[in-house]
Amino acid sequence: MTASIATNQTILVVGGGIAGMTAALEAAECGKQVILVEKSPTLGGRTSMLYRYFPKMCFPTCGLEINLRRLRGNPNVRVMTMTEVAAVSGSRGDYNVTLKVKPRYVNENCTACGDCGKAVSAEVPNVANYGLNKIKAAYLPHAMAYPQRFVIDPSIVGTPEGEAAKAACKFGAVDLGMQEETIEIKAGSVVWATGWRPYDANKIQPYGYDRYANVITSLEFERLCDPQGPTGGKVLRPSDGKEAKNIAFIQCAGSRDENHLRHCSRICCMATLKQTQYVREAAGEDAKSTVYYIDIRVIDRLEDFYQNVQKDPNVSFVKSKVARIALNEANNSPILHGVDTEGYHRYATEHDLVVLAVGMEPEVVGVKLPEDIVLDSSNFIEGSKSGGMFGAGSAASPLDVNRSVQSATAAAMRSVQVIHKTASTEAA
Amino acid sequence: MTTAMTTANANEAAVAKYKNNFLKEVEATVEEGHWVKMCMQCGVCAGSCPFGPHWEHSPQKIFMMIRAGKREEVLKSDAMWMCTSCYNCMVRCPRQLPITHIMHGLANYSYRLGLSPKGQPNQAIAKLFWDSALKYGRVNELKFSLAMYFRDGFVQGVKNALAMQGVGLGLVKAGRLNPMEIISGHTCKDTSGIHKMIAKAREIEDRRRGLA
Repeated sequence: MTASIATNQTILVVGGGIAGMTAALEAAECGKQVILVEKSPTLGGRTSMLYRYFPKMCFPTCGLEINLRRLRGNPNVRVMTMTEVAAVSGSRGDYNVTLKVKPRYVNENCTACGDCGKAVSAEVPNVANYGLNKIKAAYLPHAMAYPQRFVIDPSIVGTPEGEAAKAACKFGAVDLGMQEETIEIKAGSVVWATGWRPYDANKIQPYGYDRYANVITSLEFERLCDPQGPTGGKVLRPSDGKEAKNIAFIQCAGSRDENHLRHCSRICCMATLKQTQYVREAAGEDAKSTVYYIDIRVIDRLEDFYQNVQKDPNVSFVKSKVARIALNEANNSPILHGVDTEGYHRYATEHDLVVLAVGMEPEVVGVKLPEDIVLDSSNFIEGSKSGGMFGAGSAASPLDVNRSVQSATAAAMRSVQVIHKTASTEAA
Repeated sequence: MTTAMTTANANEAAVAKYKNNFLKEVEATVEEGHWVKMCMQCGVCAGSCPFGPHWEHSPQKIFMMIRAGKREEVLKSDAMWMCTSCYNCMVRCPRQLPITHIMHGLANYSYRLGLSPKGQPNQAIAKLFWDSALKYGRVNELKFSLAMYFRDGFVQGVKNALAMQGVGLGLVKAGRLNPMEIISGHTCKDTSGIHKMIAKAREIEDRRRGLA
């Protein structure tokens, strides 16, 4: 690959989640040249790791399918997976970008037949399930992966396992000699759609996520409910594999807290309300969800969803931020301690499983960004000083899928403007 | 200690000045009181307090009572006197309210207005401690301990002292307690200087709090 793939008329989109895909497609459909880079082996990001979306409870495969079809049909977008941005220099209309491409060890001959996976016995943590289970070291990241191409984990390269994978491939797709590449490209504008990650629940010491098996995060719960997940869609307790029927949801786990994340992560209230419906779906009339909250923050049309959940007799709400979690040693059930705000009653309530509605932290926390980038007090990307780079989706603000798409479309629009101005300046 | 205003007058003056707006009164007169309105009623302080079940009103509830104008209930309560300054609430408060300091500020204010519960043990100990510190410029530990033992009368004092004699002797042996302190007791270098400083500080604070 040479630098000629991009000019200062090119838009670089960093991050291939729902926001990055949208920004890339919107700009490409305006006729602009776009390079979409993604650090993992597949597009789709955290959206593809959800079981369902709120408020319509549809599956993410649907939204992704539409975007992937747009992508396949658009020659203006060049997708580069396993690629990270190492450095950006220059300014609005004229950026020099250094990209680092990690080896996938599988080339474009791959048909995703799966023979390499069958030949390999080594296993690695399954990132698509937040490491809740393991996957073969030659794997397809998930069913909706784009590109539909296997990945060989670097841990088996240079071992007999790696050779076995290579020998099993009928198409000569396994190439164990691939090396990391560094590529320099030009870009006129950069959209940062670097997304979010769940706040590290281990840091919320009183909730014992690091100590108690039956305290999990909302993202892990999402995987438990998904038929593609580690339990095949059954809500089972990590400690003993028994079905969890009495589930507590703790809101603002890390969010709205000066000791953790100072912002409201916005999505967690709706995510929890949605998850109470998974519980009902899994355990029917036996299901019992209890939501511990400071305030329920659902906005505009999502209020309807909240009202419907409030009517559900199997869902109860306790206005209180849980102070700490203890453990019933006899059955490994977490006991929630706190004081409710409606009457100031002290409670110590036992549940089968506790789901922490963890907050959204920008994925770029701890990453050295170009100096031009302007961050807010929670490290979300506000934009750039020279106006050539933009934040999109949950890199810019804690947003749900719907609003990420809106944000990404807006960022694409601004990027297109930068390219137009660059083009007219050069013409003059 | 002399106060410019008798406690009963101070209370009446405060009632007249703030006309039932207790939140304003707390903001103006209680140390760190301006933080009270920042409480979002999440309840983490109440749930984190190791003394939680043993006091009448948790910090969370006290803050709501202040905002609801429950002046008498708050100032006459023994709740803030039960605070042991473990700072659990303060380090966990999602809004970083200086809860422990507000509790002490409220306790001090209720004491200054003469509304604090009579005979509350922590209050009595605090008073003995500060009386000693203000008199000598440092706390005379021996006199302070003995004053605590004999707080409830001579007979009880002797009983307390006998019960604690093992600890006392241990401290003497380790050189941590000098029995001669009972006679003179060492003071800071310039006691009268300290007295003047404290008097001036109190004058400034009283003026600021409208207690002068």
